[in-house]
Amino acid sequence: MTLLPDLALVLLILTAAVWTVAVRDRRDAVIGFIVVGLLLSLAWVRLNAVDVALTEAAIGGGATGLLLLRACARLVPRPAESVLPHPAMRILTVLLCSAIAAGLAAIVLMPVEPPATLAPEAAASMGELGLGNPITVVLLAYRALDTLLEKVVLVLALIGVWTLTPDQFWGGAPASLRAQQSSGALTLLAQVLPPVGVVIGVYLIWNGADHPGGTFQGGTVLAAMWLLVMMADLREPPEIRLHSLRLLVILGPVVFLVAGFAGFWIANGFLSYPPAFAKPIIVIVEAALALSIAVILGMLVAGPAARAPR
Amino acid sequence: MIGTATVYGLCASGLVAIGLYGLVLHPTPLRKVIAFNLLGSGTFVLFGVAARRGGAAGFLADPVPQAMVITGIVVAFASTALAVALLLRLQETGASSIETTPPEQQDNGAS
Repeated sequence: MTLLPDLALVLLILTAAVWTVAVRDRRDAVIGFIVVGLLLSLAWVRLNAVDVALTEAAIGGGATGLLLLRACARLVPRPAESVLPHPAMRILTVLLCSAIAAGLAAIVLMPVEPPATLAPEAAASMGELGLGNPITVVLLAYRALDTLLEKVVLVLALIGVWTLTPDQFWGGAPASLRAQQSSGALTLLAQVLPPVGVVIGVYLIWNGADHPGGTFQGGTVLAAMWLLVMMADLREPPEIRLHSLRLLVILGPVVFLVAGFAGFWIANGFLSYPPAFAKPIIVIVEAALALSIAVILGMLVAGPAARAPR
Repeated sequence: MIGTATVYGLCASGLVAIGLYGLVLHPTPLRKVIAFNLLGSGTFVLFGVAARRGGAAGFLADPVPQAMVITGIVVAFASTALAVALLLRLQETGASSIETTPPEQQDNGAS
């Protein structure tokens, strides 16, 4: 099979990456970064990783892009910021970075034989649980502890963002995500798209057991719909003191922990599932996780509270 | 003969170098955050290359590194969000750059 499309894609990715770093205006840099994210999701498809491609497109390109664009709009540029260090310093940095690239390239060009793989172990737990998507099996059974800790990291990141709230605004709502000039097209989109988007999000979560998709991808789509509604100013971001909001944030990790500890009584130990009930337990955990992910991602983009509580 | 995985492996090496260059050289914190994300993306693709080469037991690719990358992308997003929130807070409270500013000049930088 010809490598031409792959080479073209790689060339595009690297060009966009160089542009992202080299361009003078930071807004252009963010747009370059979004382009890299979207191109990378194509690369992930070529690497036989459709689940990663969905995540990269949704989070790497979409959510991070929105977050950075918003930061661009709110950070005041300073004249000293566009000054780059001395040319000699730049050349030295280019040389050192090239050396690192060469080292990595050498590792890539000299693969280990036979290639290291944990696929057989993942396949074994797949057979026990009766799920068809190996990624979901790894995320929620074979390496469930990683996923649990990652959820805790998400909650900690949100707590970190919230602690940056100025004292007088504590408990209030984050700054509005409203676009500067209201646009009829955006409002219409925010009214028409969410019903479809929510169905797609739930489909990705439900389908993730057997096909590409899952909690992360579905949760991000749900978060994107919520953010769209907030950007079109149809809804304001909620106040961070709301108990219902905080409950949704910790719902996923709590359900996951309860299922994990239940493993001591109903199966072989922490985070293990009895084969007969594995699928229902995993689907319940996934649903709770997806809800929490959607809320956490949305609130992470919205940022710390910027208005006094009403 | 160079395979698909190798092509993307080289791409990942380039991404890591480009990201590192931006991270080291850009004086603006926001540009550093963007460059750091490029560096991270390059690392993720290296995982993807290892996954693609490790395809076994009927899978086209090893699902374990792929699952780790999904976890990694989400954690990278969370840390980016925290970094951006810190930058905005830094601007509210005074200096908006990592450059060392003498304490007596900090008031001038405030809005």
